Amino acid sequence: MVDQLLPTPPVATTPEAPVMIARALSRHYSVSRGLFKGHAMVKALNDVSFELARGRTLAVVGESGSGKSTLARQLTLIEEPSGGSLQIGGVEIAGASRAELRALRPTVQMVFQNPYASLNPRKQVGAMLAEPLRLNTTLSAAEREERVRAMLAKVGLRPEHYQRYPHMFSGGQRQRIAVARAMMLQPRTVVADEPTSALDVSIQAQILNLFMDLQDELGTAYVFISHNLAVVEHVADEVMVMYFGSTVEYGDKAAVFERPLHPYTRALMSATPAIHKEDRQIKLKLVGELPSPLNPPTGCAFHTRCPFAAERCRAEVPVLRPFEGRLVACHRVEEI
Amino acid sequence: MNTPLQATLPTPDFPSPLAEFWRGFARNRGASAALAFMLLLALAALFAPWIAPYSPIEQYRDALLTPPAWAEGGSWRFILGSDELGRDILSRLLHGARISLWIGVVSVLCSMIPGVVLGLLAAFYPTRLGILIMRLMDIMMALPSLLLAVAIVAVLGPGLGNTMIALAIVSLPSYVRLTRASAMTELTRDYVVASRLAGAGTLRLMFNTVLPNCMAPIIVQATLGFSSAILDAAALGFLGLGAQPPLPEWGTMLAAARDYLESAWWVVTMPGLTIVLTVLALNLMGDGLRDALDPRLKQND
Repeated sequence: MVDQLLPTPPVATTPEAPVMIARALSRHYSVSRGLFKGHAMVKALNDVSFELARGRTLAVVGESGSGKSTLARQLTLIEEPSGGSLQIGGVEIAGASRAELRALRPTVQMVFQNPYASLNPRKQVGAMLAEPLRLNTTLSAAEREERVRAMLAKVGLRPEHYQRYPHMFSGGQRQRIAVARAMMLQPRTVVADEPTSALDVSIQAQILNLFMDLQDELGTAYVFISHNLAVVEHVADEVMVMYFGSTVEYGDKAAVFERPLHPYTRALMSATPAIHKEDRQIKLKLVGELPSPLNPPTGCAFHTRCPFAAERCRAEVPVLRPFEGRLVACHRVEEI
Repeated sequence: MNTPLQATLPTPDFPSPLAEFWRGFARNRGASAALAFMLLLALAALFAPWIAPYSPIEQYRDALLTPPAWAEGGSWRFILGSDELGRDILSRLLHGARISLWIGVVSVLCSMIPGVVLGLLAAFYPTRLGILIMRLMDIMMALPSLLLAVAIVAVLGPGLGNTMIALAIVSLPSYVRLTRASAMTELTRDYVVASRLAGAGTLRLMFNTVLPNCMAPIIVQATLGFSSAILDAAALGFLGLGAQPPLPEWGTMLAAARDYLESAWWVVTMPGLTIVLTVLALNLMGDGLRDALDPRLKQND
């Protein structure tokens, strides 16, 4: 059982050791259903595994409620996973001491979805960007200011922005500040939780390019969470499609985008508008919504909405298995 | 932004936070007037022994219940008139300002500081400690505040110090609830998570990240609490539980003068008017402070 849940990355990445390895990572929440009813277990994240190498981008795709943000909270050490293993920079999280966790924290940073809520309204930009340095390094105030100003220039902000408050900026500028804050400690990994979905379309490309320029320069690995496949195609090296807390398809971006295999991935792809007629694929429409996490379906979680669902899908949970250069969790992938 | 200015100065000099705060505050005329009044009152309180024309407890038996200078029968000897024992009302009000402001400052500080700390603890540890703190505050709120204050003073004994302690205890729950409510709202914001990711510990999160964003309602509550402390101290003084005669406390003055309400209006009007003006000025100041301290309400010019 366990061996099946430990897939190796489907494509060869860079020869260096991965900066982040997740093995069967799970997060279950116990929720109260009300007085006298006892507690229910919500499996927000189920046996998710991946490896992330330096300078690479893993895109996590899925609709709302598929466990993407839960994954982000585990990877950034905001929450402790309830099962599985997570290695950051070669250190296992589960058995790590407080001091070890403290040392790991600066190596994983996060960029949030809404730049209007992720910046402290009471702090000047300079003080906000200097905070990570102040707490994690022994630099003097002058050295901190120098680094902050260098980072401001790097993310495309002007020197006079140093003393301004967040409310004086536009959404795109705020997201630049948020990116700068995440990059201050030169983390090995940055988790970006839908960093462009709250921005104007005209600004989105600028922020994506900023992400990619910084990756080229600093070699940061990204976990890029998004529901926008156009964005994913632009930034990702590998793609992980999630549904109901589990991975349904995981592989190289080119392979997944070229020929999506899992019915859910195909449905997501056909939901993306295409300009050229030849780019349009057979439409696969999703009906209904995500099942209730309090009352999960038996067998394959997707069978309630899958047009190809068969008897076996209702009874048996599909395992993630290699197929055509990627991993797919579907019983009928050969037939459809 | 001012474009011509930026053209001449490529990197404009930004004012210090204090100067910025002052500019925001000074723009509000009501608050500036209130601040001027409070400064005047504070100076009067500070220098009362030198600027008051008479001693607050000296009785001029030849001039009982003299009307104020501008009224019929009044004289410039007692500008605001004299009371039933022939004491100069102006001198008593000036000395009374010392007591009333002192009561306000001490009782507000003594309830705000522990209240904010308890509120932050309740917000950061909502499962056990928070429940304990909030139920305790609910019990305190279930009792009418003035009644509780009377009970506390009755136990501790009447006097100025015990009045301040009682008022501080009575107003504690409002600070705790206010701080907890705003801190819990702020805790759900992403910037708190970002600060935690940057390595901030619980203490830093409490006092450096969350508290400054909760200050606006707390400051307003503090100024309102300051005025209500003055009012409650006056009420306790009126009931004979606060400052004891012959101390010239404003509430005690009101209580002593109530028998002369019909025959000598000035004896009760002067301390009453002083209380009203002080409370009004404090409330206006609180509003101005809130607007100036919140960078979101600040205008760019």
